[in-house]
Order: sequence, then C-alpha cells, then structure tokens
Amino acid sequence: MPIYSDTVMDHFMHPRNVGEIEDPDGVGEVGNPVCGDMMTFYIKVKDNRLADVKYKTFGCGAAIAVSSMVSELAIGKTLDEAMQINAATVAKELQGLPKQKMHCSNLGDEALHKAIQNYLDKKSGKPATTQSPIEGHEHDAEEHCNCPYCDEEIADESLPYCQACKTELTSCPECGKPMAKDGKTCQNCGTKIKG
Amino acid sequence: MEKVYLDNASTTPLLPEVREAMLPFLGDLFGNPSSLHDWGDGAREGIDTAREQVARLIGGNTEEIIFTGSGTESNNFAIKGLAMARQSAGKHIVISAIEHFSVMNSARTMEKMGFEVTQVPVDKYGMVDVAELEKAIRKDTILVSVMHANGEVGTIEPLQEISKITKEKGVAFHTDAVATAGTIPVDVKALGVDALSLAGNQFYGPKGVGALWVRKGVRIMPLLDGGIQEGGRRGGTENVPAIVGLGKAAEVAAVDMTNRIARLTPLRDRLVKELPAKVGHVVVTGHPLNRLPGHASFCVEFIEGESMLMLLNMKGIAVSSGSACTSKALKASHVLIAMGISHELAQGSLLLTLGKDNTQKDIDYVLDAMPPIVETLRQMSPLYSKFLKENKGGK
Repeated sequence: MPIYSDTVMDHFMHPRNVGEIEDPDGVGEVGNPVCGDMMTFYIKVKDNRLADVKYKTFGCGAAIAVSSMVSELAIGKTLDEAMQINAATVAKELQGLPKQKMHCSNLGDEALHKAIQNYLDKKSGKPATTQSPIEGHEHDAEEHCNCPYCDEEIADESLPYCQACKTELTSCPECGKPMAKDGKTCQNCGTKIKG
Repeated sequence: MEKVYLDNASTTPLLPEVREAMLPFLGDLFGNPSSLHDWGDGAREGIDTAREQVARLIGGNTEEIIFTGSGTESNNFAIKGLAMARQSAGKHIVISAIEHFSVMNSARTMEKMGFEVTQVPVDKYGMVDVAELEKAIRKDTILVSVMHANGEVGTIEPLQEISKITKEKGVAFHTDAVATAGTIPVDVKALGVDALSLAGNQFYGPKGVGALWVRKGVRIMPLLDGGIQEGGRRGGTENVPAIVGLGKAAEVAAVDMTNRIARLTPLRDRLVKELPAKVGHVVVTGHPLNRLPGHASFCVEFIEGESMLMLLNMKGIAVSSGSACTSKALKASHVLIAMGISHELAQGSLLLTLGKDNTQKDIDYVLDAMPPIVETLRQMSPLYSKFLKENKGGK
C-alpha cells in the first residue's frame, strides 16, 4: 500500500498557491533543513482577512502537501479563524498522514501562524521577530512522542531509552524533543550538542 | 508508460533460471534435509549443491559456508558470534563509521553487553582511513569489521590493506560483502578476511537467504541454538528453496560477472558524468574510481530526496534516497554524514543502482526525466530562492 493518501498525493503532485508574495504583509518561517523540512509562508491581509497565502517548501511529499493544504484552508479566512487551523485539522483534511511524518512535516499551521503574528507585530509597531532559522515544534498534550530513531511511540517517557530500539535517549536542551544520548545533532531542531 | 528500475541496491529481480531451479523444492522435493529417507536426500542434495556453488563464487570451502536468513543475519552472526567466541582474549571491536545498520547495531548491542566499540572514520569519498584503523587496534581488540563496498555510495574499501594489519596483529577480520559478492570478484583468500557475509537478493537470487563464510579454524558462537543443521552453527530447518536459489544465482554470477561489469560500467559512467551536467548543482557521492560497477549516487542541492523519488516514480523510474524523510527513522544517512556531507546537502541524496537489464535507452530516459523534476522542486524550495537572491540569479 502506498504510504500517502490520495489527497496527499494530489496536493503533492499539484501543489496549490506555491510561490512568494512580493511585498507581503507577513512572513513566517519554520523548520530546518537538518530535519528535512522547511517552510516559508507569505500572507497578504485585507479587511482582517487573508486575501492571499503563498509558500515555499523544502521537504518530503508530506511537507509539500501540508503546505498546499494549509494555504487552501487559510485563504479567505479571518485572522482569528486562520489561527484556529492546527496540525490535526490539516492531517484530517489530507485524509491522514503517516505517523512518522506527523511531527516533522506537519508544520504548515505553525508557519502560517507565524506569518500572521509577524503581520500583527508589524501593525502594532513591534519589531518583527518571527523569522528564526531554528524552531522546535510544540508538544501537543494529547499527542504522543515517537522515538526519532525507530519511529515507535515512546510509551514511557520517564525511561532513559526507547523501549522498541533500545537507543538511549535524552532531551535536546534546545527543543526538548527526545534525542540519542550520544547524539551530536538533534534530529528535531538540528542543534549541535557540544562535547 | 516506460518502466525503469534503478534500485538494484535495494534488491535485484529473480533470474528466470534461479526460479526454475527453486521450483522443484517448492513441489516434490519438499523433504527435510535432516531426514534420512529419500525425501530428505533430495532436499539435502539441493543444499549440498548450493553450498558448492556459493563456496566457488567466493573461493571458500564448502564446510566454511553457513546459510542464514539474510545479509542482516549474517552480519549479526559475525559480529555477535565472533565477539562472544573470543571474549576471553579481549572485549574491543573496531568497525568503520559507514557500516550497514546490521553491523552497526550489532556492535551497539555488544557494547551494552560490556564490549567496547571504536568507529574508524572515512574520508570524503567514503574510504576507510587505514592508518586510523591501525591506530584503533589495541591489545584487547578481538574483531575488526569493515564492509567490502558501501551500498549507499558505492565506494570499494581497501580490504587487502586492512587484512595485512589484522593478520599482523592477530585480530579476526569480518567483512560485509553483501554489496559485492556476486557483483564484483570476491575471493576470501585474496582479501585476507576471516569471515564474510553475503545475501542472495543482491545478485538476482531470492530474498530471505544469505550466507556467512567463516574461515576454517575460526570459532564462532551460534545465534540460533537448535539441531545440528549447518554443522551445529545455525539451528532450524533450512529454507531449502531459497538456499537452492542462492546457489544457482551464485553459479550464474560467477559465469556472467565479467560481462555484467563490462555492460554496467559505461552506463554508470554516463549517469555520473551527464546527470550533474544536465541538472546543475549536483554533487557525486562516493569514490570517483573505486566504486561498484552499477552504482551512481548523488546529492542534489536545494531539494529533498523523497519528493524527487516520488516524482521519479510517477515517471516509472525507481530510485532510492538516503534523506532523513525517506528513512523511517527520519534521520539523514549516517554514511553521508560520516563523509563530511552537510545535513542540508544529505537531504538531497539520490541513489541510482543499475542492474544487468538496464540499457542506454533507460539512461536516456532518466537523463530526460530528471531536469524538469528537479526544476519543479527547486521552484518550490525556499533554499533555492535564497540561493538565487544571494547570487543575483547567477549560476
């Protein structure tokens, strides 16, 4: 069975709204090429609504499909409505994503929210700070964490190793995600561990 | 639609003559090779023939061949079995940084059992640093394991130089020859190794069967305790049809090898030369000369391997990638990282491995299909737009 749903494949093969907006009202960037996925979202706002959303994405099939779906869901929505779009909605609209892709590739909502925040910040005169090259993603309370090495769900996060593959785990000091104890680079955020 | 299979490093198709050789053992010759009646005799003869065929392919003796369930099992068996058998002499193992997971994780398991493991670095071509390897060997080193060739970047390792050192120091030397046995000449005596792993599905044999050759006189502890199959070194009723298939594939490979290499090498050279020229911003990975005949591997800048792989699949072309996204563990290839390739570039890893049936026409087709696919993905890539801005649209 193919790993991706028909909807994912459709958005991957025919991504909607790809590109950049010249003179955008807000820009949001998430991810890191170390993890394999990186997204930059551009928005144009008119009367408190998203008049246009475009993006550029570096990543796997899932990352491209997620970006495309987020742009489709967001266009025409009010800013408040767009802030409600989350990873679970996106995955559902895409008829599901493989579980190992949920953490790494389902970042489109964050990139969109950052672009909106960037717009709001600019409007209120705050310095724009929403473009950071390294960004960890939030750990949803209801969402379980998967081992970055074997992809099995970490059933007991208090254990210092993954029960499935026995990799000794610790938390990345930057993003807090599990990583190998002897690892030199966090698989999630790309932070280099010294020593 | 055109169909071009360029993923022979993952697995090769089954040769028709191999399937034919296997069929009787899926029918009338169903006996258990350990049985003493006629049914057992038939199955046993099949295995005996296969053992001769495999031994001949690698220049070993029949009693030195142990059939296993895969290349992975052979590697597990070698690392764990040799280390366990020699632990009274020491508990230090040396492997290279680019070994297959079956070697790497076996070594890791031994580490948990109180052994120490040293990983020897490789150069930018994926060639093991022999001087570093020599330095890594200590008084308590009991085992060195370095692969014959790397399946991801195609580099062939200097085993003869290494075996000179291991012989001098009296350390057992295992090689994972899964990528080479049946593909390029492998002679256990010339290589100077003590144990060697191979797998059937890498040279047109069936999946689910491999072999470990262990030089006579070298002790190894079984992984699978059971009956006296395989001289008591691997219990369990033999997978007779698969073993027979492996034997037949070995026999054909020994005869056809020179022809196959002569056909594949120019096709590979075309890919290695023309793909970077046609696509631009492509780095060839692995050694430029000392590489497997059908093996072309690259890193394509600014884009990610899985999306390339999927779009190529839409064009009927099968390839592999070592990008983080294609691995289930979402981890970039440890081989590329060990070669000093950045994580970012490693994401664009693309691996094209030719098989005996590929033609010049296949290469034409791939070379035509690649540029528009790469262009589509680059147009979508924030890294590419950044690059263009920084270089003002220059090359």
